Amino acid sequence: MPINYYIFLSIALFAIGIVGVLTRRNAIIIFMCIELMLNAVNLLLVAFSKMHHMKALATDAATTVGTDGQLFVFFIMVVAAAEVTVGLAIIVMMYRNIHSVDVNFLNRLKH
Amino acid sequence: MNALIISAVLGVVMMFSSFLLNKRSTVRNIAIGGLLILLIINILEMNGVEFFNVNTRDMIAFDRFALLFNTIAIFSTLLYVLLSAKDMAKVGVYFADYLALIFFILCGVMLVSSFKSLLILFLGIEIISIPLYILTGSDKRNLKSNEAALKYFLLGTFSTGLMLMGIALIYGAQGSFYSVGISNIAGETPSALLIAGMLLLFFSMSFKVSAAPFHFWTPDVYDGAPTVFTSFMATIVKAAVFIAFIRLFDDAFGLLHLRWKLLVAIITALTLFVGNITAVFQQSVKRMLAYSSIAQAGFMMLSLYAMNAEAKEGLMLYVAAYSLATIGIFAVLIKMSDYTFDGFNGFAKHQPLLAATTTVFLLSLAGIPLTAGFLSKFYMLKAALGTGKHLWLVIVAVLMAAVSVYYYFRVIQAMYFKEGEKQPMEVSKSFKWTLVLLAALIILLGIFPNLLLSWLYF
Repeated sequence: MPINYYIFLSIALFAIGIVGVLTRRNAIIIFMCIELMLNAVNLLLVAFSKMHHMKALATDAATTVGTDGQLFVFFIMVVAAAEVTVGLAIIVMMYRNIHSVDVNFLNRLKH
Repeated sequence: MNALIISAVLGVVMMFSSFLLNKRSTVRNIAIGGLLILLIINILEMNGVEFFNVNTRDMIAFDRFALLFNTIAIFSTLLYVLLSAKDMAKVGVYFADYLALIFFILCGVMLVSSFKSLLILFLGIEIISIPLYILTGSDKRNLKSNEAALKYFLLGTFSTGLMLMGIALIYGAQGSFYSVGISNIAGETPSALLIAGMLLLFFSMSFKVSAAPFHFWTPDVYDGAPTVFTSFMATIVKAAVFIAFIRLFDDAFGLLHLRWKLLVAIITALTLFVGNITAVFQQSVKRMLAYSSIAQAGFMMLSLYAMNAEAKEGLMLYVAAYSLATIGIFAVLIKMSDYTFDGFNGFAKHQPLLAATTTVFLLSLAGIPLTAGFLSKFYMLKAALGTGKHLWLVIVAVLMAAVSVYYYFRVIQAMYFKEGEKQPMEVSKSFKWTLVLLAALIILLGIFPNLLLSWLYF
């Protein structure tokens, strides 16, 4: 498949994520949209990785070009997991105090 | 590499000491000892003594620029812990864990100051950010702290998403995560992917250093977070991200500078304008300092704009001057019970030494001669002039520096020329002497900047 398909799919997922972050009011849904953005990046990285690998294969059969893109994806996954733990803890902490996860609550500091 | 590994080990040590040791003073002493060790081995590394030899596949390069900044960061953290450890213990019961998080943040700081690959940049930024989300929300019962943590977390991860998209697009265009590989465009016109990726990286980094128009989270987060941690966030962390910013755009996108110079100039001018003008209207000193940190970020952006040898020297000096002065002011502010300007009324009568040192810090931030703040601003303007283009940017910067004098001097005026009642305040002797040391360092750097800058070259 041409690389453009992957690029358009990733950009679309990423855009959906951004729109979700900007329009939704529920902290957990915003959080899921951010995860969607990260996963769009993962898809794109894997696609580019494959693309660079295929390009390099044409000249050298034992090439490792392009593997670093896939490695990056693992790091993103690990970091995303770490972010989830901290993020959910923060949301739970907020829920304990105000019994809601609505981000409209975030206006106390604006004065 | 020395300090990076030891700092991670010390973080783990602090985590263990949180349940093995009961006395807070012991934990504090371990942290201070650890920071001293870090400082010493980092200075040793600057002189060529390396304890660890790890093959990082050229992803990390501890050059002089990185090492000097690490020294500044560790030293500022040491002073910060010396001044504020007691107040840190007041935030919650997890005193040792806060210190552990600070050591982990230092690891991130050392990574972002020395990266050669976008992978390390990403990991470093995240290692800095994730502990900071926790520290921001560490005052668990306080709604303001909750709100600040959630806001910081959502916007921080959002900007990380933008950064990752930028990195992915750059990888698609250049097939490499290394700064060297990215800058390798060999005279051809850069592809649309590369430009889009560079813009996304630029926006997300501006987000992290709170440059306008991406600054809107800063005042809220700085205001809501416990004041001790605001101090750390606004100084060492911000400085580190700036170092990463300038490294990224120097190493990876240096050849593309014609395409981003104007954008950086506009964002710099906007940051200076928004930060300074909004700071004038603040009633709370803490919030004023948050806007002032945006304004100072604008000045540091000048080095990104100029990007020559002077800009790098200037940034180093600026980072040192800004961190020392802001840590000092926050340390005094934490002791106050009233954060408004009126809270400082008559401060000079009741606490003459504290008022005098605070005055030195404020003068340095405002850029009055004989302080480090003046010389660092001078270096920045000189570097920006050296590019020979966009003279209006320098004019804006000078005008805004004049505006900043107004809100810094409001505090000085409240301290010295207004009558006020004495506030209860517990100030130890060592606290006072550390503040005096800070003020002395600021004046020393203001007279002999080469004490710091010569480290860049030998």
